[in-house]
Amino acid sequence: MTDREHQQKKHSDGAETHEDAQPVADGQEVTDQIDDLLEEIDSVLEENAEEFVKNYVQKGGE
Amino acid sequence: MSHSIVIGTETEFGITALHDPDFKPVLASTHVVNAEVAGRRPIRWSFEEESPGLDLRGYGTEESFPFDSESGLVSTVLTNGARFYVDHAHPEYSSPETTNPYDAALYDKVGESIVHRATMRAAELFGVGDYRIHKNNSDGHSNSYGWHENYLVERDIPFETIVDHLTGFLVSRVIIAGSGKVGAENDRDRVDYQISQRADFIEERVGLETTLKRPIINTRDEPHADPLKYRRLHIILGDATLSEVQTFLKLGTVALFLAALSDNALGDPLILDDPVSALRTFSHDPTLDAKVALADGRHMTAVEMQRHYYARLATFRRRADLHESFGDLLGQWDSVLRDLAKDPLLTADRLDWTAKLALLKSYRERESLAWSHPKLALVALQYHDVHPGRSLFRKLTRTRRMQRLFTDEQIAAACVAPPQDTRAFFRGECIRLFGDSIVAANWDSLVFETGADNLWRVPMMEPLRGTRDHVGDVLERSGTPAELIETLGDIGDGS
Repeated sequence: MTDREHQQKKHSDGAETHEDAQPVADGQEVTDQIDDLLEEIDSVLEENAEEFVKNYVQKGGE
Repeated sequence: MSHSIVIGTETEFGITALHDPDFKPVLASTHVVNAEVAGRRPIRWSFEEESPGLDLRGYGTEESFPFDSESGLVSTVLTNGARFYVDHAHPEYSSPETTNPYDAALYDKVGESIVHRATMRAAELFGVGDYRIHKNNSDGHSNSYGWHENYLVERDIPFETIVDHLTGFLVSRVIIAGSGKVGAENDRDRVDYQISQRADFIEERVGLETTLKRPIINTRDEPHADPLKYRRLHIILGDATLSEVQTFLKLGTVALFLAALSDNALGDPLILDDPVSALRTFSHDPTLDAKVALADGRHMTAVEMQRHYYARLATFRRRADLHESFGDLLGQWDSVLRDLAKDPLLTADRLDWTAKLALLKSYRERESLAWSHPKLALVALQYHDVHPGRSLFRKLTRTRRMQRLFTDEQIAAACVAPPQDTRAFFRGECIRLFGDSIVAANWDSLVFETGADNLWRVPMMEPLRGTRDHVGDVLERSGTPAELIETLGDIGDGS
């Protein structure tokens, strides 16, 4: 776990404290910075991706 | 010269439930909107069109008002001046009228909090299932639902002029307006990732439809205002966006464009040879290298086209009398276009489509996933979840990987309080002060019940009246709806 992830604190309402990402110079750095976030994202992703996206069928609207 | 800018947006939210094979989206949407209404008098949406025969000081009986013709589905009006209702099988939030890109983006953003709050209440009040609400425009199975933007335009600009100029602008705007999508839909050519959720569903250049044969420029002519003076430009090709900066850019550039158009400050239009296929070409090319053909034989990339418009609008802005946020807008637009030209991922702190692309690239690299892997589809979808704990967009803003324009406090305030400089102020404040006496509303009128069998319809045909400056005092002085109507009669106009 990176320092960044250690800094995160979850509150009961799901809100988290802010922390700073560094400015970036190119696209590779952007994805590198996001790499640090993936574990945290994994923890909130819906279970069973395949089933969720298969069943996610909307009616048209407008 | 000053310009009458009025902007509003409509968001249809995707809705689903976990572990419910019998999920009924219309019923679920009704639960969500009813939860917002619960404990207050329902306010019906009146579909009566502007009718010059109806005097604002006249009154009618209930029979005079043909209420909710959309199959009786639930609808309400909020104290911030917005409409919140069930549209077909989706909860829909229509923002209040605003006069500048900053407020327009704020009141668009607020819709996410309102629908989330209502969903939480629905679970408490009705014990209904575990709903998931997404601010997106496609389900990955070739079904699309809308995010529409509306601009008040002076009637004396010929519609053909608007179409000629605006088509190229809207088509190239996709690079700053898309929210990003894995794959293609609607039988389009295969693609790993594309910029827009809506491009695959846009099939005509101009037209009236919104559900099939969707056009780049919609011809619905329903101004919700004085029809001799105004038309409402109703644009349906855009994506709903989570990024505050992006919503600001997306709406503000069009508002600025239309102001310049009314001043004849745009020069010759860039006419695309085939705008519908150009939109798809741009959307299907996240590298932004693709060029499309113009009618004069030139070929341009979307960045080049946007640069062309930027140069003209920056010049126009220097001499026009416009809200200060247009200055910030030009600065943001310039910087986004520069970064897009250099490396699109450099805009991942400001644009949904590049932020999502960066997320998906990271996942693909970490887990060696094919673009068709369901996990990537889920990450792309969950980016749009309005729940603060589940939203991947929120993960990016909380960790400052994406910029924000508004504070949480500003958003909370705008959930409740209307914009102060349009008729939304009058609408919202009337709901707050006299909500129990309002039986019906629409964009251009409110119907009050002032006593036994007395219904008063207050027309609001001018979107730029009914402001705090105009009616703030009257509202403060009026203790009852009857007093309010009497005073409005004295000053000669309801808004």
